[in-house]
Amino acid sequence: MIRTAIAGTLLQLLHLLVALAAAPLLLGVTRFAKSRLQSRRGPSPIQPYRDLLRLMRKETVLAHDASWIFRATPYLVFSLMVIAAGMVPMFALDLPLASAGDLIAIVALLATARFFQSLAGLDIGTAFGGIGASRDALIGSLAEPAVLMVAFALALVAGTTALPAIARFVLSGGVGVDVSLALALIALLIVAIAENGRIPVDNPATHLELTMVHEAMVLEYSGRNLALIEAAQMLKLLIFVSLVAALFAPWGLAAGDVLDLLELGGGLLIFLLHLLVGAAVIAIFEVSIAKMRVFRVVEFLGAALILAVLAVVFRFVAEAS
Amino acid sequence: MLTLTLLGLLVLLALGVSAPFIRPDRLALRLVHGGVGGVALALGIAAAIRLVAGGEVSELDLPLGLPWMGTHFRLDDLACFFMAAINLAAALVMVFADGYAARQPEPTRALAPLPIFLAACNLVLLANDAFVFLLAWEMMSIASWLLVLANHREDESRHAAYVYLAMASLSVLLLLLAFGALAGIDGDYRFAALREATERPPMATLAVVLAMLGAGAKAGLVPLHVWLPLAHPAAPSHVSALLSGVMVKIALYGLARFLFDLVGAPAWWWGVVLVVAGAASALIGILYALMQRDLKRVLAYSTIENVGVITFALGLSLCFRASELFDLSALALAGALAHALNHALFKSLMFCGAGVILEATHLRDLERMGGLVRRMPYASLFMLMGSLAASSLPPLNGFVSEWLIFQTVFASSALHDNLPRLIVPLMGAVLALSAALAAVAFVRAFGLAFLGRPRSVEAERAVEPGGTMMTGLALLAGGCLLLGVFPVVTLSLAESAAHGVIGVSLPAGAVGWIVLAPLGSGGAAYAGFIVFLALLGLAVGTRPLLARLWAERRRRAAAWDCGFPDASPSTQYTASSFSQPLRRVFGTAFFRARETVDMPAPGDARPARLEIRLIDPAWDWGVEPIRRAVEAATLRLNATQFLSIRRYLSLMFGALVTLLLIVAATQQ
Amino acid sequence: MFATIAYDLSHMAGAMVLLAGFVVLYQRRVLGVLRAFAAQSIAVAGAAAWQAYSQEAPHLYVTAAIALLLKGIAAPIALNRIVRRLDIHRTVETAVGIGATMLAGVGLVVLATLLVLPVTVSSAALTRETLAIALSVVLIGFLMMITRRNAITQVVGFMSLENGLVLAAVGVKGMPLVVEMSVAFSLLIAFILFGMFFFRIRERFDTLDLQSIESFRGERR
Repeated sequence: MIRTAIAGTLLQLLHLLVALAAAPLLLGVTRFAKSRLQSRRGPSPIQPYRDLLRLMRKETVLAHDASWIFRATPYLVFSLMVIAAGMVPMFALDLPLASAGDLIAIVALLATARFFQSLAGLDIGTAFGGIGASRDALIGSLAEPAVLMVAFALALVAGTTALPAIARFVLSGGVGVDVSLALALIALLIVAIAENGRIPVDNPATHLELTMVHEAMVLEYSGRNLALIEAAQMLKLLIFVSLVAALFAPWGLAAGDVLDLLELGGGLLIFLLHLLVGAAVIAIFEVSIAKMRVFRVVEFLGAALILAVLAVVFRFVAEAS
Repeated sequence: MLTLTLLGLLVLLALGVSAPFIRPDRLALRLVHGGVGGVALALGIAAAIRLVAGGEVSELDLPLGLPWMGTHFRLDDLACFFMAAINLAAALVMVFADGYAARQPEPTRALAPLPIFLAACNLVLLANDAFVFLLAWEMMSIASWLLVLANHREDESRHAAYVYLAMASLSVLLLLLAFGALAGIDGDYRFAALREATERPPMATLAVVLAMLGAGAKAGLVPLHVWLPLAHPAAPSHVSALLSGVMVKIALYGLARFLFDLVGAPAWWWGVVLVVAGAASALIGILYALMQRDLKRVLAYSTIENVGVITFALGLSLCFRASELFDLSALALAGALAHALNHALFKSLMFCGAGVILEATHLRDLERMGGLVRRMPYASLFMLMGSLAASSLPPLNGFVSEWLIFQTVFASSALHDNLPRLIVPLMGAVLALSAALAAVAFVRAFGLAFLGRPRSVEAERAVEPGGTMMTGLALLAGGCLLLGVFPVVTLSLAESAAHGVIGVSLPAGAVGWIVLAPLGSGGAAYAGFIVFLALLGLAVGTRPLLARLWAERRRRAAAWDCGFPDASPSTQYTASSFSQPLRRVFGTAFFRARETVDMPAPGDARPARLEIRLIDPAWDWGVEPIRRAVEAATLRLNATQFLSIRRYLSLMFGALVTLLLIVAATQQ
Repeated sequence: MFATIAYDLSHMAGAMVLLAGFVVLYQRRVLGVLRAFAAQSIAVAGAAAWQAYSQEAPHLYVTAAIALLLKGIAAPIALNRIVRRLDIHRTVETAVGIGATMLAGVGLVVLATLLVLPVTVSSAALTRETLAIALSVVLIGFLMMITRRNAITQVVGFMSLENGLVLAAVGVKGMPLVVEMSVAFSLLIAFILFGMFFFRIRERFDTLDLQSIESFRGERR
């Protein structure tokens, strides 16, 4: 009993450390791959680590009007992302934190982070903060129901919204080639792009005033606060990549006894593979598409919502037999 | 227990009747708010204890009222739950009211109806025959009408009160007809008799539809919601809190009592109707909340959203019950009840908070607020918690009940009928959309009121009031947090009530102190305590950890704003501009939003104007035809005022003969 | 084991056809519509080929080939040429907004599902689900014709409706080739006719926007 508890805690800590360590790498590799695809040299894959380190050391400049909400938000957002990351299986399935919240709870944690970030955007009282918060609200309010519908489709297939249980169900091979899962996967990918502010919804590499969404919200942050926000953003990308991987391709993740080092090592290798594939997919997608107008995003995300609803409807047809 | 409750209600009534005679006013305020708060607290705690301890259903018949019937009272688990929920919320609101009411222009106007209102609400819960039920319901309506009229010198209040009274009368009328249809022509109006009727009466379908309309009108379900956003903001803030936190719950109780208890086994479509109406209310309510500039109207529309969520869950529970899936039915009902309790707390908190803002700035318009976080630190913290709860975000209490409701939606594939099986997921998507929009609405409300720079002189000079007002806010906020971190408190109450209604308990271990696993172990789970602990630990611990690694340097400077900061606060985003993207997406479909731009020609010195008009279709299509019909009828009937005696007598005679004919015909 | 895979794959192919139907609805550019339609036809061809293989009905290969060559390749290319030659306005002119049509599409899918579920409850699940999907594709094709103004998009709507019919036909065992051929020919004829009409209409009115034609006839909505 105590032995498993200790092992679980160790595994959870290891998981969090790996997640924190891997998040900048994922972003770095994505940027690297993207610049190579665009025939640029691009910064090295470890550039995000350097950025974070430099930001941590830099002086923090706060606007005169910044309130305690502005100062607390980076810590809150970062903490929320860490908790959410702690719930998503990355290299091992049986995380103690995974029993503290299911897919809906993870979505809600991300929504809480968005809530605080929007408030921080409004806090300084600049037009940019407002424009970012307002547009982010538009994107978020359409992305969240889409994720919930994806969760619904998964719950219909696997009978639960607990992530390890869904992954186990997929592993058990009882699914086969399932239409609902395919539709849900597409919907989840669209949402992942929107939630992480990637092209075509938002461009993380621009500060052009008319196109910014996320960057406009965090415009006033600097130094350590900015580092935390950026780290949270990297974690979010990692969360979505591992979410897709854990739900739709959980093969090879450590699923058995948590102290089996061989299995853990295998899980880590698979995790690395997932990251590389995820980065490659994002990079290819981003170089082959142009950014959308803000009001086109509604249709893009509406399509995700509709696909997720269709996934649910098809599942009902299949179940009715 | 029942007798004691009735005695408590008598105390409230006595308090209400004697309130106008107590001098000086200050003493009257203290006495009434203290008395109401005390009685409510006692009732709430007693009901909660009885619910957890699992007391017997107690009944009491008094030889009062109609001579051939008497009055019947009953206290069962469902009534107990609502009693606990509304009284605890009311008691906390009274703490706030003690400080708040004294600052109102005519504080004593609300004093007499206040205790009577709460007594009437409780009496509805205790009623065990249609007569007492309707009497208490009407008493509640009239007392609350007087409460809305407390600021009677404002045109807005008078208009709101008038619309409210009309809708409340409509609601009573519909419920009266519903009971009539259920009991039949020479029926027994005791609930016990209705409950025991073995076969469903022929007009049960009509009765159900009427009850849905009647209770729905009182609860503010779309499209019968038009009174709610008028009446709730017009009243003084503590009254708004009571209307949203308490009275709307009583209306939902009426719905639940009728559909789950009195009518017998449900047909499959009852639940579907409620699910659709609930989802529509949730979406439309929150979309309207997003468009409002008046803070209290935002909150009122958000009440419509939450009523929709609760109705949705009630409907889902009925669907499961019709499919004889009693476990899931109990779970959905528990979700609905838990959300009712949670909403009572956080909406009371938000309305009281709006009252604090109103006191400090005399503002309700979001576009003139801003920057209050610096002037009112405590109020902003409590309102932030309320906003998180109202957006159903963890770790506050609103999330737990929404989470539970979504879990039951996800289990809806077990339903037997095809139509609900397809409708419930679709409406679940609508519910998810409205939950996401709720977060936007409250980011907007909180962000524009408290954050940014002050947009008016009043906001700039706001002073945070102290005293019992803030104590009330603190208690309500604490309640929201407590119920979010330990949802077991809410859910053990809701579970007992659901057990009392459906007769099935949730699976063992479903509701624990740490983990909530409503579908049994191995299924989806949520641990509010762990999430809260982790969040607290990480958010507090990260900072010293980082400070140890790299020394932190901080300084204040002007805002960056891409290099072009503008000193004028009017360059900030406003409430209307914040909701512009969503208005463009949803506006034309749901409220025929029209934007007219008046751009002066070059050289013309007048300012450009952008005007936004929103039209609620419920007014045009629902209320307006009725109003026109009533007007036409009254004009026509006006002639009957000036008839001769002989004509009047012949009218009466005609009516008598017609009734006799009907009796003769039905007795054949 | 093979049975479930056969079932899953045919189901998947059907879903891809429906998905392509939604993509057709989603497009804002005429060329995008044509590309999405080509994808849908290729998916239909795939569905037919898979059915031919799994049902061991070689004539369905012919169906697949027809779908692939005629509708997957020839028709989109031809329409593409028309668009370029006639210099037609490249944006899809909608009568009803894109979001609203997508929602209506979901509503139609639900309706189709509801209709098909009880009717065929005795038959095998394979037929029923394929039927539900096929009916949805047909209805969405209709929706496309109703909600888009441009004549090109109306032709695409018509042909995607026809795709739905083919999908329904290959899902049912033993559909004779004759019917299939006649459907294909009717499509061909319709296509030629439409092409001729386009030229004539354009010569006359300088536009393919049906609204202007309606106004010419004095017929306003």
